[in-house]
Amino acid sequence: MTDIIGYILIIIGILFDIFGCIGLVRFPDVYNRLQASTKCVTLGTIMLLVGVAVISGLGAISAKAVICAVFILITSPTAAHAIAKGAYASGVALWEKSVVDKYAEEEEK
Amino acid sequence: MRRLIYFVLAFIIWMLLTWQIDAQVIIAGLIVSAIVALLFHEILPKEHLVFISPIRMFWALVYVPVFFYYMLKANLDVVYRALHPKMPIKPGIVKIKTTLKTQSGITALANSITLTPGTLTVDLTDDGFLYIHWINVKSDDIEQASEFIARRFEWFLRKIFE
Repeated sequence: MTDIIGYILIIIGILFDIFGCIGLVRFPDVYNRLQASTKCVTLGTIMLLVGVAVISGLGAISAKAVICAVFILITSPTAAHAIAKGAYASGVALWEKSVVDKYAEEEEK
Repeated sequence: MRRLIYFVLAFIIWMLLTWQIDAQVIIAGLIVSAIVALLFHEILPKEHLVFISPIRMFWALVYVPVFFYYMLKANLDVVYRALHPKMPIKPGIVKIKTTLKTQSGITALANSITLTPGTLTVDLTDDGFLYIHWINVKSDDIEQASEFIARRFEWFLRKIFE
């Protein structure tokens, strides 16, 4: 039974990873791509790790998997934030169809 | 004091990662945790002692399923936008104001915003404003945007961090 739950979690995780990568290819600019990659890949990878933990049961492997999941949950949004800020600072423009850019307005003041 | 807490945390994580009780492993862990605690104790927030309270831990536990619900919703939203042939996105950077005061609270809010529906924190200012990249801008007004993006987390995070 735990095996089945674990495999279902792993399959859902891989699906989210795939959709995240499709979003990464299809979205038009850095910021939208970051949205796809951080959200889908974070949840997908966490589900993969939780699935592994469920299958292997209490032990060395599941402890490592859960710790990795927690670290990914903490570091991935921070990394995305750093990339977005770095991209903006180095002058990567938003997609031309973007509706509003308060950040640029603030810089001009 | 901060060094001690950091040391204990680092050692617990080390023991979980190695997952074996062995003299060599424990000695190596003690040495590494001590070095790490000496070098990096400053990353613990200044107000760290207030976190040792059952009420805050209770709200933190309540926050986990709420957060995962929003995260799942965010993912389905991004999947929908990525797979839709016309790609219904309307991106832009908006400015929101947060009512949280502590550094750790604002950090948690920024990370929560990044992982939840269509929003990504780009920058934050010292006076409590955050710049958010929003994949589907509903309003560029500061008040309304804050209402949409931050309110649902602030209530919980205030209970946990302030």
